[in-house]
Amino acid sequence: MGVGSFFTSRLDEAIGWARKYSIFQYPFVTACCGMEYMATACSHYDVDRFGAGLPRFSPRQADVLFVVGTISHKMAPVLKRIYDHMTEPKWVVAFGVCTCTGGFYDNYATVQGIDTIIPVDVYIPGCPPRPESVIDGLMKLQDRIAVGAQRY
Amino acid sequence: MAEPTRREIMLGEGSGTGSGQNLTVGMGPAHPAMHGIIRILADLDGEIIRKADVEIGYLHRAFEKDCEVGGWNNAIPYTDRLNYVSPLINNFAYANAVEKLLGIDVTERCKYIRTIMSEISRVCDHLTCIGASAMELGAFTVFLYMIKAREFLWELVEDVTGARLTISYGRVGGVKADLPEGFDAKLREAFKQTREVLDEVHRLLTGNRIFMDRMVGVGVISREETIAYAITGPLLRAAGVGFDVRRASPHWAYDRVEFEVTTQKDGDNYARYLVRMAEMEQAMRIAEQALAAIPGGPINVDFEGRPIDPAAYVDQGKQGKTEGLLLVPITLSPNLGGQDRKALERVNAHDKRVVLPPKETAYGSIEGLMNHFMLIMEGYGIRPPPGEAYFASEGANGELGFYIVSDGGDRPYRVRCRPPCLPPMAALHRMIEGGMIADLIPTFGSVNMIGGELDR
Amino acid sequence: MDGAAILERLRARLGSAIVETHAQCGDHTAVIERAALPGALSLCRDAAELAFDVLMDLTAVDYQKYPGREDGPRFEVVYHLYSLRWNHRLRIKVRVDEDDAVVPTAVPLWPIANWLEREVWDMFGVRFEGHPDPRRLLMYEEFVGHPLRKDYPINRRQPLIGPRI
Repeated sequence: MGVGSFFTSRLDEAIGWARKYSIFQYPFVTACCGMEYMATACSHYDVDRFGAGLPRFSPRQADVLFVVGTISHKMAPVLKRIYDHMTEPKWVVAFGVCTCTGGFYDNYATVQGIDTIIPVDVYIPGCPPRPESVIDGLMKLQDRIAVGAQRY
Repeated sequence: MAEPTRREIMLGEGSGTGSGQNLTVGMGPAHPAMHGIIRILADLDGEIIRKADVEIGYLHRAFEKDCEVGGWNNAIPYTDRLNYVSPLINNFAYANAVEKLLGIDVTERCKYIRTIMSEISRVCDHLTCIGASAMELGAFTVFLYMIKAREFLWELVEDVTGARLTISYGRVGGVKADLPEGFDAKLREAFKQTREVLDEVHRLLTGNRIFMDRMVGVGVISREETIAYAITGPLLRAAGVGFDVRRASPHWAYDRVEFEVTTQKDGDNYARYLVRMAEMEQAMRIAEQALAAIPGGPINVDFEGRPIDPAAYVDQGKQGKTEGLLLVPITLSPNLGGQDRKALERVNAHDKRVVLPPKETAYGSIEGLMNHFMLIMEGYGIRPPPGEAYFASEGANGELGFYIVSDGGDRPYRVRCRPPCLPPMAALHRMIEGGMIADLIPTFGSVNMIGGELDR
Repeated sequence: MDGAAILERLRARLGSAIVETHAQCGDHTAVIERAALPGALSLCRDAAELAFDVLMDLTAVDYQKYPGREDGPRFEVVYHLYSLRWNHRLRIKVRVDEDDAVVPTAVPLWPIANWLEREVWDMFGVRFEGHPDPRRLLMYEEFVGHPLRKDYPINRRQPLIGPRI
């Protein structure tokens, strides 16, 4: 390994380290999981200690899209548009069972998993997931961010 | 066309003078308010909203159709997710509607438990509402404090029901399990923390100049319009009408506790905030009174013997040593706490056609096993007589009604939830038209729209 | 007024327009003919001794699969009324056939009926004559069909719609 690639790989690691500890999330909150998202973001199960405490409510300024809660067929085009508007690098977290597989809403109105519409990096199951699950998922996401793995 | 005013020359056409084109701004469906998803298309003339069109349905999850697919108790998890900040009230209101159709009455202790848990849920709902709407006005501290208080209450709910948010605690004929040991002390501690938080929030918000400037006189809707739009709950009480379903048609233990129904006169956002803060205190008062008065008492004990663990119990049964086996208490695993026979019989109606038998009976006797089978398997199950019933309870946002139609089978024929937050959303355009675009945020926050309930 | 007295009052004023009444589970119900519905609803709201000023709920039930009523009128539109003044409730029902599923609107009486009737149109396909804004409420405009009808299978998937403006 030459000197150039030594610096590049160290640089990549440094960038990955910086990115994983400064997550700007776009919380796309729709339903009940939003309550657990609020609980995770607040003082008891603080998510700010992972550097993920500042939600950016514009897709242009965010790098992680937290899809929190059921996505219905009426909402799906909005989700796709928000995902398209995000600038790279971007990651998607499917928070809650409704976003992973549709949950127990196997009916005409619910999208059976957002991975039918957008690529997903981390799936956090649960209905709603306990904050400990969310933090576990966030740490797995951080591992992916550090390496620079992308799904698109 | 009139001569362009100086304002128009400087700011361009349509800058609030009424002579230009209106700007259509779409707010939502994905917007930062943690309320859920709604789309408001506002025609703006400068900053004044001239016309607003509210579009809902982005969280339609086919609740009513899903309820028709499974049995009567299978609808309970779907009802949890209606008003997901106060799920216990939904559970109990649905269960009570089915019990009304069946014509059964739950035990006294169950009524008190339902009252206590509903009031805890109501406090959680109001905490979330005020916290989120204060956060949108910029008061982030209030949000953090209130979510902290909500965590204490959720730990309490978790002790009783096993889950924090989507609890599926109610059953047709009773509740899933009795209150755990030490609930008394835990409730007192949780309420003490909540009262401290409410005190702090009062000091932060109630006399706060900025808060009052943004909330007083904003989002006003007149008393007559509130009634004409069928708005109930804190919004109706803030407009001066003291209608509360707990007083109007007392159910569970509401006629045996004392509480005040607070009203305000103005019908604006500040009045709604005051009503909600007062309601939280009243809800805690109700829960404490109900807990003090809850019947329970010594259960007639007609057996001898130490508790036996389940494996040994089943072994004994298999060996044929079944004499007196039904009377022996067993130690259930921790997640079945409150479901041992004497606890379960205190909180569930004594009706074999509706309520599952306790585990000791189901595993210890053939009749219990058959009873359990008949209630669970398809084609059997709870069978209310053909007909219809409507039961209304006071949800956190107003009258939460369930209209149930049964055809005599083991599945509901039609379950309709009357959502308490649909009328305020239908009237939202009346509240925001004529106001400025920035006034939309506190108004929308004080309406406390819950997407799961609105779109079902 | 108690429920029986309310039904008596309705019967006295509407006469033969009332098809049947019952009071199952304590809920007093009157089934009224469609032609007499606007008159009956405004009577309920305006008569001083009835004073039903709140339209609590407006919904519909599809009786196509109900044992014993498969051949009768398919839809039943249900109105739940409440009086703040007297604290009494009433349920009014109207039966309509599938091929003639039109009901006069209640919007002039109670403005909340605007959204409630839109929802019934969306979910069941029952039209409300004179409604100022007959759009779908909960489903998207491109959706085909009326989901809460009994012949709409719960699992039917329709194609995803693209983003609009």
